[in-house]
Amino acid sequence: MALLEIRNLNVSFDTSSGPFHAVKGLDLTVHEREVLAIVGESGSGKSVSMLAAMGLLPKSAKVTADVLQFQGRDLLTMSDKERRSIVGREISMIFQEPIASLNPCFTVGYQIEEVLRAHLGLGRNERRKRAIELFSAVGIPDPEKRLSSYPHQMSGGQCQRVMIAIAIACKPRLLIADEPTTALDVTIQKQILDLLMTLQEDTGMGMIMITHDMGVVAETADRVIVKYKGRMMEQADVLTLFEAPSHPYTKALLSALPEHATGDRLSTVSDFLDPATLQEGPL
Amino acid sequence: MIRFLLGKLAYLIPTFIGITIVAFGFVRLLPGDPVLLMAGERGISPERHAQLSAQLGFDRPLVVQYLDFIGGLFQGDFGTSLATRRPVLGEFLTLFPATVELSVCAIILATLIGIPLGIFAAIKRGSAFDQVSMGAALVGYSMPIFWWGLLLIILFSGILGWTPVSGRIDLLYFFRNGTGFMLIDSLMSGQKGAFTSAVSHLILPSIVLATIPMAVIARQSRSAMLEVLSEDYVRTARAKGMSAWRVVGVHALRNAMIPVITTIGLQIGVMMAGAILTETIFSWPGVGKWMIDSISRRDYPSVQGGLLLIAAVVMIVNLIVDLLYGIINPRIRHS
Repeated sequence: MALLEIRNLNVSFDTSSGPFHAVKGLDLTVHEREVLAIVGESGSGKSVSMLAAMGLLPKSAKVTADVLQFQGRDLLTMSDKERRSIVGREISMIFQEPIASLNPCFTVGYQIEEVLRAHLGLGRNERRKRAIELFSAVGIPDPEKRLSSYPHQMSGGQCQRVMIAIAIACKPRLLIADEPTTALDVTIQKQILDLLMTLQEDTGMGMIMITHDMGVVAETADRVIVKYKGRMMEQADVLTLFEAPSHPYTKALLSALPEHATGDRLSTVSDFLDPATLQEGPL
Repeated sequence: MIRFLLGKLAYLIPTFIGITIVAFGFVRLLPGDPVLLMAGERGISPERHAQLSAQLGFDRPLVVQYLDFIGGLFQGDFGTSLATRRPVLGEFLTLFPATVELSVCAIILATLIGIPLGIFAAIKRGSAFDQVSMGAALVGYSMPIFWWGLLLIILFSGILGWTPVSGRIDLLYFFRNGTGFMLIDSLMSGQKGAFTSAVSHLILPSIVLATIPMAVIARQSRSAMLEVLSEDYVRTARAKGMSAWRVVGVHALRNAMIPVITTIGLQIGVMMAGAILTETIFSWPGVGKWMIDSISRRDYPSVQGGLLLIAAVVMIVNLIVDLLYGIINPRIRHS
């Protein structure tokens, strides 16, 4: 059985100039031990589609889907309480801005122990012990001391490690990483990606990696979905996508990679393709 | 934390010096001669006027009078009232508990109603509850205190007869060696009905004094909560599977309270100004009413001493608020 199955997901927001369709007809399936990358430029609806699956969009968002299931359980029709028992425990999510994603008024220890108490009902000593184990697992030095630190006392990379520790605290079956390295230094990006991949391999969880970085896709993903303006352009395994992309947008996206640049100007997608003439949706 | 406290204390010194200049200068800017006012309608001869002015020290240059005032402060002497011939500090301390009692009740009322109102309005943004509560807050903020006080007196005391019109307690009750706080004294006295009487006397003045701070706190709570609810860490709390109550009541509230606490501290200063009107309307024997009486009598020592003491209280309250701010916000504490 698939971990997450989505068929014909649509997300729209009411605006003063009428409804804005952020996601149009998304289909995806993620299995255990699989890494699915969702790639696309800003505003392509990558994050919104996953926030919709997690139930984290504001009430102003209108979410519809033919199928939106986690391990066969319908995420659209279940009660809030039932969803909360899945979100944070069986499906976890980490975000782009690690420092802003942690509450500045609470110690990181409090923020990880909160999950352990809410989902696993662990006692005080057990929570602390488990939190130290988790901090060690994600490579935070001196974990016992770090539990009493506030987010502003830690670097971006360390905060992202804390976020990862919180995300894996309840041994989730699916981890959604929403551009987890975008806000980090290049050297830290590599460390965080290695950590995520090691954890994924060790635990066998499924992972959805949202990114606009084709390098990250090449390094981490088994399968890739390419999105543009809310629509899915192409879905393929990672080798096929890089070696024989079928959609003109994917080809343009790959051609616009910095390593293909010639002269003193970096290429953009519009150098290879007129977005106005782009056929929306998979070919 | 100690460095944070010392930093805040260092700010108080120049502020206090500034207040002494304002307090001393303000009362002397008012038109009117205290010696003439002391003489009353009978008038006074120029010789006697000069003699009294010299006796009270008003004939000396202003700088000398100011330095004399400051010198007295260092010895704990705030001057002697021209009207009552009693030390200003003693008069202030006698009346101050009445003002504190009223202000504390008012700020508790303003906080207990204002914060939940603002938070629910933020959660239900754009709803009828939001529109009505924030509309009511705007009306409350715009309402002149004296008019609002009179309206309440007419309705609850005059028409309905539910609350007394003025004073702190019924004349039937008397307490020896009290604390000055009527709620405590009435409770400790064990006299039947005393506490109820004290509470009933507090209701209307507290509501009147609380109205503007309540409106400000409600609007500040709403805007702070709206801002916080869109923060990334609130989304993280929801992504962790926390209940809506926990997301709002723990993760968002603690952050939203940071600007609200500052507002509450500032409102205590505003409340001191409001207390002057409220105490006059309800004949509440507190510092506010005493200040009004002293100003109308041009009782220079009482006005300048009273202003200084009220300013000192506001400064201490703001220092406490700053410390609370440091406790609630670790970024401030560790900076």
